[in-house]
Amino acid sequence: MARIIVVTSGKGGVGKTTSSAAIGLGLALKGHKVVLIDFDIGLRNLDLIMGCERRVVYDFVNVINGEATLNQALIKDKRVSSLSILPASQTRDKDALNKENVGKVLEELGESYDFIVCDSPAGIEAGAMMALYYADEAVVTTNPEVSSVRDSDRILGMLASRSRRAELGLDPIKEHLLLTRYSPKRVEEGEMLSVEDVEDILSIPLLGVIPESQAVLKASNAGEPVILDTESDAGKAYQDVIDRLLGETVDFRFLVAEKKGIFSRMFGG
Amino acid sequence: MALLDYFLRKKEKQVTTASKAKERLQIIVAHERNSRNKQPDYLPQLTEDILKVLRKYIKVSDESFSINLDKKDGDLNVLELNIELHDEQKTG
Repeated sequence: MARIIVVTSGKGGVGKTTSSAAIGLGLALKGHKVVLIDFDIGLRNLDLIMGCERRVVYDFVNVINGEATLNQALIKDKRVSSLSILPASQTRDKDALNKENVGKVLEELGESYDFIVCDSPAGIEAGAMMALYYADEAVVTTNPEVSSVRDSDRILGMLASRSRRAELGLDPIKEHLLLTRYSPKRVEEGEMLSVEDVEDILSIPLLGVIPESQAVLKASNAGEPVILDTESDAGKAYQDVIDRLLGETVDFRFLVAEKKGIFSRMFGG
Repeated sequence: MALLDYFLRKKEKQVTTASKAKERLQIIVAHERNSRNKQPDYLPQLTEDILKVLRKYIKVSDESFSINLDKKDGDLNVLELNIELHDEQKTG
């Protein structure tokens, strides 16, 4: 049985696609068979972040409509052979997806993959509901900022009431908090919610803290998921996320700001 | 001046914007969670009225009766009544 992981948030622009790409590639680098699915019908972007945008021929909706087989639509990653990407369609009707046809596709994928990572669209509309419906686990991507935290809490409500697991009365979806764009310096200055603050409010287990990093923009510019940038803080933090998803206990890094020297503090620096 | 600021800053215990954010979030999130789980206001009265009608005809103990309002997809709400009936409880 494949583990179905939805990367979700409610709010847009918090790093869902960046995180999906990093998690998908990271798990594949560990030797697992992974398929990454873009659920953002009409606003496809995972292909760009993964750097495979020019290789898209068929998409998720083509598969749903029987215009292409899964094998025709899946794009094999050029870096890691055990990773495939199923792109969202760019132009089609948003209502193309429903529980029944998405369920069929996931079931077929589940036969040959270990992990199915679903990149959710923003919002709480049908597309986001489809992305989370079949999930076993959810990576709730949150920025340390009021609107993002509130929206994450809404999504937690949806995970608990609108998912397949909720409807069938099965074990609930396993929730993980992924805090992104974290700036320890601003936290220390009292300008940003801390990891503990967000944990207190959302009360779900912490999966990872990704520091605000210039490497993320560079990675998306190049179409190389940031986890490949093993020198960067963000890349290392995503690597820790992968280890934790695979059951290891890893200490959290990048939670404190680099200390300034006493002289630069006293004389303004 | 930076020197002066450095020593002064340590003394004042000001409310940071982060702590304001946390406080506001705790309140709004608790409020929204409440309304997510909340049953509609009319449910207690409805329960009482239904029981009253039922008891005109049959014996129903509080334990053998349950009422539940479930939100399903979209606008669909399901009102679920569970009444345990035992033969000997029937009145003529």
